[in-house]
Amino acid sequence: MSDASINASTVRAKSQEDEASFGDFFALLKPRVMSLVVFTALVGLLAAPVPVHPFVGFCAILFIAIGGGASGALNMWWDADIDRVMKRTKKRPIPAGKVEEGEALAIGLALSGLSVIMLGLATNWFAGAFLAFTIFFYVVIYTMWLKRSTPQNIVIGGAAGAFPPVIGWVAATGSMSLEPWLMFALTFMWTPPHFWALALFMRSDYDDAGVPMLTVTHGRRATRWHILVYTALLALLAVGTAFSGIGGPIYLTVAVVLNALFLRGAWQISRRSEDDAEADDFKVERSFFKLSLLYLFLHFGAILVEALLKPYGLGGWS
Amino acid sequence: MSLRKPHELHQRRFSRNLGVGLTLAAFIVIIFGLTVVKVSGTDFSLATQEVQN
Repeated sequence: MSDASINASTVRAKSQEDEASFGDFFALLKPRVMSLVVFTALVGLLAAPVPVHPFVGFCAILFIAIGGGASGALNMWWDADIDRVMKRTKKRPIPAGKVEEGEALAIGLALSGLSVIMLGLATNWFAGAFLAFTIFFYVVIYTMWLKRSTPQNIVIGGAAGAFPPVIGWVAATGSMSLEPWLMFALTFMWTPPHFWALALFMRSDYDDAGVPMLTVTHGRRATRWHILVYTALLALLAVGTAFSGIGGPIYLTVAVVLNALFLRGAWQISRRSEDDAEADDFKVERSFFKLSLLYLFLHFGAILVEALLKPYGLGGWS
Repeated sequence: MSLRKPHELHQRRFSRNLGVGLTLAAFIVIIFGLTVVKVSGTDFSLATQEVQN
């Protein structure tokens, strides 16, 4: 029997339903996370004081998104074992049996290389190197090392998700300044309360998978207090950013309103007992999580509006 | 002369192959577009002048 006939019979054994579609491979790139990467990187690119050719800007965002997607594929390859256990991730392409682990690894590596080289060629090599570092940070530092070893996984690992606006800024300017790091800090400080709220109402998921989330290692009460402390620090940072080069009156208004709501939610979470939360099926935690999505989107949206109004003499404090 | 009947595997993987094909086509368009933008940009013109001088 030839190799070809063995392969053919193995392949034939798969039914139409088992066969991975293009969408399954696309799902490896974590499209929802990618949308956050695209938006924050776009804001970083457009808020930068150096104009970029629209097509180069489009390519920069595309390759940053592909780099983010590649790190998502590598994350799914490494975490396939725990994804099979967690309810939230059970339907991902690898645990669902649609895509092989090796395929995810190959796609992740290939797209990582492609995105870094193409971003370097399209914009500058500083941006390319930054994207490479971000992929390395998310895959090696967060996924392989921190995620399963420390309850601070989300805090430090959150940096990976916070780099895109910095990459967008560097792609436009080829240099660094304070403003992109304020955008970085905003996402970095936002990540822990966002994920800890999720961990509170996903309950046993991380426990079953043996991932040392704060809820598992330090208990749910400690997690509630952590959410409040991080939210308070985030509020200071978010409102303070209004007085930087990327802020302005529109951003300040958005920041004040959203941070008041966010602090109120965090305060309510810190005051609640587990019995209260169980009684209303984690209503407060769920609405805090939903608000956190809107929170980041509107903050970056306000930075974008300030930047887009600047050419007309309206954005910022001038 | 008719071509051989497509293998069942090709039918099953049609959507995947179509997706890959369209992605590659889009990539070619992007490379072409980037080349046009870079070549017509100021940086490229200055670099070419320096080489000529």
